[in-house]
This record gives sequence, C-alpha cells and structure tokens, in this order.
Amino acid sequence: MELYELTAHELRDKLANKEVTSKEITESFAKRIQEKEPDVKAFVNTTLDTAIQKAEEVDRKIASGEKLSSLAGIPIGIKDNICTKGVKTTCSSRMLENFVSPYDATVMEKINDEDLVMLGKLNMDEFAMGASTEYSYFKKTSNPWDLNKVPGGSSGGSAAAVAANMVPWALGSDTGGSVRQPASFCGVVGLKPTYGLVSRYGLVAFASSLDQIGPITKDVEDNAILLNMIAGHDEKDSTSANVEKKDYTKALVNDVKGLRIGLPKEYFGEGINPEVKEAVMKVAKKYEEMGATVEECSISVTDYALATYYILACAEASSNLGRFDGIRYGYRTENFNNLKDIYRNSRSEGFGPEVKRRIILGTYVLSSGYYDAYYKKALKVRTVVKQAFKELFKKYDVLLTPTSPTTAFDIGTRSNNPLEMYLADICTVSINIGGVPAISVPCGLDSQGMPIGFQLIGNHFDEETLYKAAYTYEQNTNFKENKPTFKK
Amino acid sequence: MKISREEIIHIAKLANLNLTDAEIDKYTNDMEDILTFANTVNNVNTDGVDEAIGTDNHNVFRKDEVKECFDRDELLKNAPSQDEGMFRIPKVIN
Repeated sequence: MELYELTAHELRDKLANKEVTSKEITESFAKRIQEKEPDVKAFVNTTLDTAIQKAEEVDRKIASGEKLSSLAGIPIGIKDNICTKGVKTTCSSRMLENFVSPYDATVMEKINDEDLVMLGKLNMDEFAMGASTEYSYFKKTSNPWDLNKVPGGSSGGSAAAVAANMVPWALGSDTGGSVRQPASFCGVVGLKPTYGLVSRYGLVAFASSLDQIGPITKDVEDNAILLNMIAGHDEKDSTSANVEKKDYTKALVNDVKGLRIGLPKEYFGEGINPEVKEAVMKVAKKYEEMGATVEECSISVTDYALATYYILACAEASSNLGRFDGIRYGYRTENFNNLKDIYRNSRSEGFGPEVKRRIILGTYVLSSGYYDAYYKKALKVRTVVKQAFKELFKKYDVLLTPTSPTTAFDIGTRSNNPLEMYLADICTVSINIGGVPAISVPCGLDSQGMPIGFQLIGNHFDEETLYKAAYTYEQNTNFKENKPTFKK
Repeated sequence: MKISREEIIHIAKLANLNLTDAEIDKYTNDMEDILTFANTVNNVNTDGVDEAIGTDNHNVFRKDEVKECFDRDELLKNAPSQDEGMFRIPKVIN
C-alpha cells in the first residue's frame, strides 16, 4: 500500500509511531501529483518544493523532541479562493491570475500553526460561481472516476484531488453546495459547517451571508479532525459565531439507535435521477436497520429557497466583486485613456461570462425600482426558510436527502441555459439560506460507475449529530472498496 | 417577464461592464428566464415577517485600537501600476 492511499488519521498514526517521516509522506503525494495531474488537472498551482522543505523542517522538529500538533507534517490541498501568504490566490480567474495575498486566511493560520504541509492551490469555478469547475479561467478539472466527466463544483479541484489520492484532504468553500456537490460527484466526504462556525477572514467573498469554508476528506473521521482544526471564533470576521469550541471526534460513535431522521419529500420528486433516488432510499432503509426512525416529512419552501438563493447570492456577489477595479490589485487593462476606462475595461476583460451574468443579475435586483420586489422580498423569504428548518428540527435530529439530483455529467455537456444549470442546485442551496450544516457522504455507484452521495442536514451548530450519523453509516457499509478508475 | 436590451445596457453601465452586442442579446434572454423564476419569491406570504440579514442579527463591536497592520510596500506589490508608494492612475482632473 502506498502512503498516498492512506487517510490523514492513518498517516498521523504512522508518524506518531515513527514508521514514516513527513518527508516520505510528502514525497509520496508529490510523486502521485506528478503522475496524475496531467489527467485530473486539479491544481492551479502546486507548491511541492516548499512542501518538501516544510516536511523536512517538521521532521527536524520531531527528531529534536519538540512538542508538535499530532497532525504536524500531514499534507493538505487548499481551494484557490482561500488566501495563502506568499502563494498565488487566483480564484481561477484572469482577474487574480497574478495575485499574491499579503496575508493568510484565518483557516491557513490555524493550519500553519499545526504545521501541516500545503501541497498547492486547487482549481474551482471562477470566483466559486458554478457547479462543474468548467468555469475556471485556467483549466477544466476531470473526475477521477471517469476523466471525461466533471468533478462537480465549485470546489471541483479539491474533491477531485482527494478522490485521486493527490492530497489526503482539502479545504473547499460552500455558498450553495460547492463543497457537498463535488464531494458527491467524486465519492468523498464534504461538510458545509453552520454559518459562522468557521472564520471567513481571507476567503475571497462571493456571497458573504452564505459562504462557509468546509473540509473535503476521504472519510468521516478525517472530516471531524479537520473541522476541529478550522472551527472557532475569530474577531477578524464579525459574522463568526462565539460558540464553545467542541471536539468533533467525540461524535464519532457507531450508534444511531433512536436517531430521528426526516425524509423531506420535496427532495425526492421530479427531476431527481431514479438511480440517485433509489440509492438514497437504500440509505434510509439502512438507517432503519441500524435502529434509527425514518419518517417522510415536508419542507414546502424548497423551490422558493432556490429563487431566494439566486437573488441574494448574486446581489451580494455584485457588491463584493465591485472591489475589482484594476487599481489596487488584480488585472488591469492595457486599453485605457481615463480612469473610467480602467474600471470598465479591466472588469470586462478580467471576468468570465458566468461571473458577468451574476454581477448583472445582482445589480438588477439591487437597482432602484426592483430592490423591494426582489432583494428585500428575498430577505423576508430567507426568514421563512429558516423558520421552516427550525420547525423540522423540533421533530427530527437530521434530514436525509440526495446531495445532487444527478451524478457527474460529461465535460462540455452542461446546459447553455443558465436557469437549467441553477435548478440543479435544488438539493443544496436551501441549507445555505437556512444557515444550517450539512454533510455529503458517498453511498454507491450508478450504472455508469459514477459515485452517488447522500446529504444529511442538521440543526444549527449540531455538526456532532451529522458526524455521528455519517460515521455510523460509513462503519456499517463498504463504499470505500470502490476505487476511482481514471477511465479515459 | 420581459426585459429590454436597454435595461441590460443600463444595468451593465451601473456594474461597470462593457458588453458586446452578442452579450447583450444573450444576457437579455438569460435575465428574462432567471428573473421569471426569481419572481416566484413573491408567491410566498411574508406578511409580518422580518428580513433576515445573516444567521444572527446583532452588531459586533470592537475597541478602536491601533494595531500592527500591513506593510505598505508589501501591499503595493500587487498594484498593476505604482509610483512613490502610491497607486498610479490616469489623470482625473484636467
């Protein structure tokens, strides 16, 4: 067995037992990246040279008996919208092609404090807008289970790199499903934490009231370990929640007896691929066998949540992306006579088509005459959605749904109709609108051999119940026996 | 929901974006579809419902203290054009 095949917690144990060094681990992943990157195209930039140096430094510290984090020397991959000091952060956009952040995101400070080894920055849809990673300015990432298919998005590089064993684990970000949907498409585990649990400081903002950074991992245990590392209050993010710090690994208990699971019927209706539906219903049955109670329920605001999402997310995006003006950082046009030209031409040349579409939609719903009918109304509907979740969590501990209506589709076959594309986010966006946490866990393969994921939705700040339920499923099933085939 | 090309041109101007004729046509069509769908939020009864800004609607304050921040030269490294420690832009006042 190669080192790169192991989970982070297995690597941690080997390091603790002095069976391997961080350098050996890092070199194993570096070799794997060199071998698979031409096929998978998961990275925007790799940092393998500095990674090896960092690993050697950790090994020296261990040898000299220095007290380090138990995860010191474990490699990690980072989505390219999370700021890394001294290393390019491009958001997979021409606009930030050469941007080097002068500071680390808070999650990076935490990761560096524990002496993890960063292997590079992972590909994504431009500014996290998309669900297939095809909107990256630089490259289209392939799905390791079939290289002709998309990895999902927007954290497609992160999910593909984890699935392909190019990194043991990675960070993504999730505004409307961007951690969970690619995790589902690539057969790995992805968590969108409760809004406010993880600091957004240094995460390039798409929709500030919805964005959360989340872990993408090979198994549930790694997911809980990585959340432990990145969660916590941060005074640099005023929306960061001041809640008690928890040890999520304590929730890794193989027991769901008495767990109350709701199956919201709106997530199993029209538009959900029959194979996906069947696989998730099998998950429900498995939970019943393991002692949980499963009951159909209803969250009738689901359709409205999607409309609300596109209004709010685009409104916030149009405002957040207003900062890109070609003056202080980012792309500047060569074609200008005056200041206004710099603004307009830099933005027009620096942003791709999907980003422009969302800026236009967002500017429209915020413009005079439409503000009340769209933006203000959507803010009220958000309250209704939140109340609907609140009501459901009086009766249920978790809700079980598909993560995505379909499995991964062929590269280049994404709809040209943006509305159709947006409708595919139906299973994931309402979770961000509600601010609640959700996890995607792999549960089978479709007839083409592509992974299917199920989603568990939890109550605010109740990641523990999600982990307990996900862990129990994982321990009593055997998805991990399936391996990506890199089919060409 | 009907959107005119003129509206898209106006919105693009507000957003500081230039659009080609083809882009104007494409975005006009796209916006008609998307806004028709977005308009369904108006079917929800929100009488007496407050707007939700984020998860928790309260202000967060901190002390206004002087702290070590960024190095000027470090920040200017990302500027497309700079001169004498300042961002360089075309002449604004004639």
